Amino acid sequence: MANPPDAAAVAGPSRHHIELRINRQRHQIEVESWVSLLDLLRDRLQLTGTKKGCDHGQCGACTVLVDGRRINACLTLAVMQNGREITTVEGLANLVTGPELHPLQQAFIDHDAFQCGYCTPGQLCSALGLMHEGQAKTPDEVRELMSGNVCRCGAYPQIARAVSEVALGARPGGMAGTASQPVVVGTVPA
Amino acid sequence: MSPFDYLWATTAQAALEQIGPGPGSTTAAGFGKFVAGGTNLLDLMKENVMRPARLVDINPLALGDIEPTREGGLRLGALARNADTAYAPEVRSRYPLLSAAILAGASPQIRNMASNGGNLLQRTRCHYFYDAGVPCNKRAPGSGCPAVSGLARQHAILGASELCIATHPSDMCVALRALDAVVLVQSPRGGRAIAFEDFHRLPGAQPDIDTTLAHDELITHIELPPPAPGFAAHSAYLKLRERASYAFALVSVAAMLDIGADGAVGAARIALGGVAHKPWRMLEAEALLVGQRPSDALFEQAAERLLHGARPQGVGPGSNAFKIPMAQRAVVRALQTALRGTAPNTGENDNAGDAP
Repeated sequence: MANPPDAAAVAGPSRHHIELRINRQRHQIEVESWVSLLDLLRDRLQLTGTKKGCDHGQCGACTVLVDGRRINACLTLAVMQNGREITTVEGLANLVTGPELHPLQQAFIDHDAFQCGYCTPGQLCSALGLMHEGQAKTPDEVRELMSGNVCRCGAYPQIARAVSEVALGARPGGMAGTASQPVVVGTVPA
Repeated sequence: MSPFDYLWATTAQAALEQIGPGPGSTTAAGFGKFVAGGTNLLDLMKENVMRPARLVDINPLALGDIEPTREGGLRLGALARNADTAYAPEVRSRYPLLSAAILAGASPQIRNMASNGGNLLQRTRCHYFYDAGVPCNKRAPGSGCPAVSGLARQHAILGASELCIATHPSDMCVALRALDAVVLVQSPRGGRAIAFEDFHRLPGAQPDIDTTLAHDELITHIELPPPAPGFAAHSAYLKLRERASYAFALVSVAAMLDIGADGAVGAARIALGGVAHKPWRMLEAEALLVGQRPSDALFEQAAERLLHGARPQGVGPGSNAFKIPMAQRAVVRALQTALRGTAPNTGENDNAGDAP
């Protein structure tokens, strides 16, 4: 549950002080009501890894994780996410005790699962959300549960293979994630 | 997006106090809207199709639970997310039709965000409604309807009016209609229960009004009555669309059968999506099946009855005349699938030619 903005901290009904943890870092931000989480990440915090594709929830390029759940950052207001933990593509690799790519990132490289790369941050965050949900048990189910992420280069076969390899446990160590971004299947209801 | 105020409520009473006057209000304060998932409302606000002056965030309300009812049914919290509802063990085991319908809709990301209450309140995805640069009787009453002489693939074949041929886009609602769900709402005047068939309305002379929910009423729960004994073992949600996944229905069918020990149909439910301004159901079509031994000929009769009065819309390549035979055949196929068993729509049968 997001914390409602603290009444005392509200600068006005259309401006709000909010606090987010983004990639394990605390941010205190003042934001207008109408700023989407996506615009906040990209324009205010320079976290431009998350992409704006359609801005209407149709392409999945803006997929991020909120408290471990994948959502479209373009279809939610930043102020509605007050108090939440946000993970973007910048938070996937372990740069603390690493450098160590997330197994999904390495699988995308190994399977050549991108061409232009624009959809890739959203595909990766979506795939991590899929692993947390723990509902996909077969490659067909992986494909269906990745359908919210469009790739206009058409790298779908490679993307489906990369995600399946990690999410279905065929990649050694893949199910564990990284030290800084562990995967705990089923802790996040889909 | 046009500027708006953002408020939040921690109790239903506070939310109802904050919502203020409805659309059409001439007060300087403008109208307010409740927001939960926001997946449809914020999109419409970006397109200037809806311009509320105030959003009341109801996510802090304690309406997220899915609980059994004393009568043996299930009560879905209005703020339970679509994904949590689809994957809830009680929904999967006792109401697999609902799980299958939800999983056929939207994307995993959107299902993670969208609330059950909000799913009921989705606006049509008619592209003329979405385009603020063209007339639309639903968006701007009295301005006209370009769809009737335009591109109508996504539009109604049943229950349309001269003013509006839009369809309701929800998959979940088609299952809820088949399941005889009840919508529980709260307002400053107290609570009331709305039968699902009465919740959405046909466009008639007022296509700008989608539902019978008053502006100051808040959906708190959706209640499912106990299912007929055989339905969980014989249900199917068949969705036909322009691509294999993540698209709105051209036609969808929710079908459930209760098959007795003698092999005859004890009870049947059939509801159609993508064909009307609300989920379409006709009790007479279901009654044709009861007491009969299931057969393709019998299913065809029921389909024909259900499609009675269907009329194509649109012109030339935009015509949706193809939807009438498509809907008839979809009803037969959904009933055939339900007769064989239950289809969960999780993607596992993608390669089987006859899977929904």
